[in-house]
Order: sequence, then C-alpha cells, then structure tokens
Amino acid sequence: MKPLSVIVTTVSDVFAWFMIVFGVYVILNGHSTPGGGFQGGAIVATFLSFMLVAHGGKRFLAWVNGGMYGLLEFVGLMAFFLFGCLGFPNSFFHNSIAVAQGARPLSEWLPYCGTISLMNAAVGFEVVGALSLVVLYMYSSIRMVDTGAGMGGERGHDRFDR
Amino acid sequence: MKKTIFIAAVIVLGGLLCGMFEAIHPFGVPVSVDMDEYILTRAPVDRSAPNVVTSMVFDYRGFDTLGEAAVLFTALTSIASLFRDGGKKE
Repeated sequence: MKPLSVIVTTVSDVFAWFMIVFGVYVILNGHSTPGGGFQGGAIVATFLSFMLVAHGGKRFLAWVNGGMYGLLEFVGLMAFFLFGCLGFPNSFFHNSIAVAQGARPLSEWLPYCGTISLMNAAVGFEVVGALSLVVLYMYSSIRMVDTGAGMGGERGHDRFDR
Repeated sequence: MKKTIFIAAVIVLGGLLCGMFEAIHPFGVPVSVDMDEYILTRAPVDRSAPNVVTSMVFDYRGFDTLGEAAVLFTALTSIASLFRDGGKKE
C-alpha cells in the first residue's frame, strides 16, 4: 500500500493519538459508563489500521512491533484468568473483593466494584493485542497486484515518493 | 392442478402463521421478570456497580466473557497459522 497525501498523513498523525486516548478512556471507565473492554479495545486497535492506510505499508511494517501486541494479548488473557481465580474459596469468577453498599472496603486501593473493573481492563488489553495482531498478520501476508489503479495510493494530489 | 395445490397450501399455511402471530405474547413484555428484577436491584447494592450491563458481563456471566475472550484468541491463532509465512510462495 502506498502512502496517502500529505494532508491525510498530517491529519492522521494528529488525530490517531486522540483515538488512543479515547479508547483507553472507554476501557478504564467501562465499569461505570457505557462501553467496556471489548469496545475500547476495538477503538484502540483502530490506530494501527489508521496508520496503515495513511502512511503506507513500508513505514507501517517498520514501526510496528508485533511482539509487543503478543505480550499485551498474553498479559490480558492471563490477568483475566487470574482475576477469575480470585473468587476461588466460593467459585470461579465469584466477585469476592466487591464492596457491598455501606460495608467497609478491604483496601482503599481496590476498586469498589471488585473484579468487574479489573477484568474490564484485562479484556481491554487482550482485545487491543488481538485486533492489532490481526491487522498486522493480514497485512503482512497479502501481496498487492498492480492493476493500474494505483495500489492504494492517491493520484492528483501532492503525493511524493516516500 | 399443481397451481391449485400451491394456492391452497399458501392459504392454509398463511392462516396458521396469522394464528401464530395472534398467540405471541406482546412485544416488549418479557415472559418472566424475576431475574431482571433480582439483578437490577442487587447489582448496585452488592457489587457497587453503577453499570449493570458491565456487572452482568464481567460478574454474573463471567464464563460468557471468558468464552468471548477464547473466541477472540482462537480467531487470532487461526489467522496467525493461516498467514504465518508472510504471503511468500512455497
């Protein structure tokens, strides 16, 4: 894929970071506002496809570190499983550190809704890693065939060869 | 002859369908509300969860979410194994 014009790359350079911030906001506030791990993770993972479309394949593959996203996926899944194990005296996935209304919390540092927000963040990490890796794998294995349509670049703009 | 049978079948089956629609309970009125009321009243009190949907997804039905995460992981694994050679020819 060839990069798009300077206008598109500049705009994506500015706004892609706000998209990450918004996605992290949706993940971290999933226990109290609409949204959650899956939705916020999908928003954050859009960043990679944004970069791919705007900056082209060569720069994309030079930037992206697949091992980091694999680690995110691993950490998210294992954290989800371990937070599920927290309720084990009762049952798997029992929310044992949740604080009922009026009760004294175990610690001020733990979230009052217990494993809900922790699992939310874990699932968010997992979805970010998984969807970004899907974009990365699928792009790095396709082969572009030049059909004369420009192979994803733009024509008639101020595009220069990068 | 064939056409007559066809029209008769349409009339009979259409009548059965209309009768079935008559028997459906009204839209938007659930058959049983016991579970809804339990969760809507207990989730904000027991779990301090202002968002009942998230408390459903991550607490009351945690196994469902574990399955969703497993589905995502399986999809990623299959994509990685399908595209593992990076698109190179053999």
